[in-house]
Amino acid sequence: MIKGKFIDNLPQVYGIYTGGFLVFIILMAIAEQAGMSAKLIGIFFVAFTVGIYAIIGWLSRTLQVDAYYVAGRQVPTVFNGMATAADWMSGASFVAMAGGIYFKGYGYMALLVGWTGGYVLVASLLAPYLRKFGCYTVPDFIGTRYGGNAARLSAVLVLTVASFTYVTAQINATGTIASVALDIPFGVAVYVGLASILMCSMLGGMRAVTWTQVAQYIVLIIAYLLPVFWISNKMGAGFFPHLMLADEVARIAELEAQFGLGTVKNTAADLATVPKGLAGITKAHSSVNATPWAFISLAVCMMAGTASLPHVMMRYFTTPSVKAARRSVGWSLFFIFLLYSSAPMLATLSKLSLMDPTLTTGIIGKSISEVQALDWYQNWNQANLMFVSDFNGNGTLELNEFFMGGKAVVLATPEIAGLPYVISGLVAAGGMAAAMSTADGLVLAIANALSHDLYYKIIDPKAETAKRLIVARVLLVIIGFAGATIAALEIQGILGSVIWAFDFAMSGLFFPLVLGVWWKRANAQGAVAGMLIGLAVGTWYLIHVRTGGTPIWGVTQLTFGIHGALASLVSMIVVSLATKAPDSATQKMVDEVRIPSGKTVLGKQH
Amino acid sequence: MSKQEQHWDKTRNLLFVTLAIWFVFSIGIFLFGAEMEASSFRPLGYPLSYYMTCQGSLGIFVILIFWFAGRQEKIDEEFGFSEREDD
Repeated sequence: MIKGKFIDNLPQVYGIYTGGFLVFIILMAIAEQAGMSAKLIGIFFVAFTVGIYAIIGWLSRTLQVDAYYVAGRQVPTVFNGMATAADWMSGASFVAMAGGIYFKGYGYMALLVGWTGGYVLVASLLAPYLRKFGCYTVPDFIGTRYGGNAARLSAVLVLTVASFTYVTAQINATGTIASVALDIPFGVAVYVGLASILMCSMLGGMRAVTWTQVAQYIVLIIAYLLPVFWISNKMGAGFFPHLMLADEVARIAELEAQFGLGTVKNTAADLATVPKGLAGITKAHSSVNATPWAFISLAVCMMAGTASLPHVMMRYFTTPSVKAARRSVGWSLFFIFLLYSSAPMLATLSKLSLMDPTLTTGIIGKSISEVQALDWYQNWNQANLMFVSDFNGNGTLELNEFFMGGKAVVLATPEIAGLPYVISGLVAAGGMAAAMSTADGLVLAIANALSHDLYYKIIDPKAETAKRLIVARVLLVIIGFAGATIAALEIQGILGSVIWAFDFAMSGLFFPLVLGVWWKRANAQGAVAGMLIGLAVGTWYLIHVRTGGTPIWGVTQLTFGIHGALASLVSMIVVSLATKAPDSATQKMVDEVRIPSGKTVLGKQH
Repeated sequence: MSKQEQHWDKTRNLLFVTLAIWFVFSIGIFLFGAEMEASSFRPLGYPLSYYMTCQGSLGIFVILIFWFAGRQEKIDEEFGFSEREDD
C-alpha cells in the first residue's frame, strides 16, 4: 500500500507530517498555558513522536529481500540525505555536542571538523563505487571483491566490534531521555527505548528504517534549531545567531578575563566535593587551546572512521543510481551542517546567559543563596546536572564555583533562558529521535551483516527468502537485547564509546574498503591481514594506553585508530605484494565498479 | 589508451584535486591555529580559528561535495558512462 504512490508523493507526505508536528507543538503550548503539568507535556511529546515512528514502521513492513536490505533501491537523493543525517546524528551529537564545545572549546571542535570532513572521503572514495557494486551490506562488498569466506568473516568481525560499541551508547542515550521524559527508572527505560527502536526496524528492515529516519530528522532538527533561534532573539543577540554572535563571543572572552579564568584555581579538596560528572568552565571559549597535532589527529580519526562505519555506508546502497548516491552524500552533509553549525551557537548563548551579570539570567557574581533559591537551579541540581559551592566563603558565586553536566547545555538552557516548558518537551522528543534513529541504523547494520553474510552466504546459501528474513529479524531482536543489557550496566559514558567506535571502524575497515576500489592489486590475503592486524593493533594500543602505558606519538585513547589504520595499511600492502595478484575476473570486476553505467556487479536480488 | 582508461585517468585526477582541497581545510589550516586566531581577517567578526571550526570548514565541505559530484557527472557523460535512468 505504500509502494509507488508513496515514493511519488514524498514531499507532500512529509510536508503534511511537518505541518502536523508544528500544530502539535502549538497545541502543547496552549495546553501549557491552560495549566497542563510539565510532566504530562513531556510524556505527550515522547509518546506522540514514538507512536508515529511505530506507525511508519508498521506501514513499511515487507517480505522482499531487496526491500528489507536496501529499501528496494528507490530512495530519492534528498530524502536519503535526511535519513542519513538522522542515522548519523546520534543522541551524543544532539545532547552532548554543545556541552563538549561549552566546556572544551577549540580542542573539542576537532570533532565537528572530523565528523563533517569525513563525508568528502565518503563521496569521493567509496559511496558511488559501493553503490555500483550492488551489495546489501559492507561485508558483502569485501567478500565479493576479495573473494573467500575469510575476508567476509573478518569484515563481519570488524563491523560488529565497531557498531556494537556504538549501539550500546545509543540505547543508553535513548534510555536516559526516556527515563527523564516519562519519569521511570533507567533500568526500565532502556527496554522501553529498545522496544521503540525495534518497532521501527523489525517488520520492514531498511525500508522501514529509511522512512522513520526521515521523520526523525524533521523532529530533531526542529527541536534543535527552534530553541537556538528563540534564545538568540530573546537575548537580543541577533535574529540569525549563526551570522551575528561575534559580539557575544568577544563578550565571553572579556568576562573570562574579568572573572579570572585560569588564574583562580580550585584545590583538590574543594573539587572532591563536586558531584561526579559535573565540570566547571576551565577553558577559554573561543581561543586556540589545543596543539595542532592534538586537533588534527582527532579530526583525522573521525574522518577515516566516518568513511568506514557500515551504518552510514549502507544508506548509500538505497539510492536509485550511482549519480544519486554521490549527490545524496552532499545532501546528507548539508542536513548535518544545519545542526552542527548551530551547536557552537547554542554553547555561546548558554554560556553568556549564565555568565553575563548585566543579563537577568546571569548568575556569576550573584550571591550564592540567591542562586540556590532559583527554581531552575533546584530542578537541575536535583537531576544531578548542576552544582554551586562557596569555596572561598565570600558569599558570592564565582566562575570557578559553578559546575554543570555536559548534557545540561542542551537540556537546561531553554529553561534558564526563560522559554516555556513546551520547548523542553520538544527537546526531549528531539533527543529521543536522534538516539533512536542512530540505534536503528546500527542494530540493522549488525543484524544484516550476520543474517546476510554469515548465515546466508556462509552457513546456508540455499535458504529460502522467507527463512532468510525470519533469521534477519530474530538476529535484530537478539542484538537489540544484547545492546540494551550492556547499556543497562552503564559501563562507559556516551561520548567516549562513540569515539571508540570510529577508531575501531577506521582500524579495521578503512584501507580494505578504499584499496578495494582504488588498488586493483589488493588481494584477499592482503585484505584479511589488513582487517585483522589493524583491529588487533588498534585494540592492543587502546588497552596499552588505558592500563597506563606511555603514549606513542602523542596518540591518546581517543585516537588509537591512527596506529590501527597504519598497521592495517602496511600489512595490507606487504601481504598483497607478497602473494599472488587477483585473477583476471576480479580485476574485471574492479573495472566494472569504476564506471557508473551498466549492470551492478551483484544482481538485484542475491 | 582505451576509453575506460581515459575515464579512470580523469576520475583519478578529480579525486586528487578534491582530496587536496579537503586536506587544506580539514588538516592544513589547523597547523596554524594560533596564527589564525591572531589574524586580522575576521569573517562576520568571529576570530578566524573559531569561525573555521564552527562554520567555515564545514560549509566548504558541503560545497566541495556538490562541486565534486557535478564534475564527476561531466566526466561520466564525456565518455558515455552515465546511467540511462536517473532520478
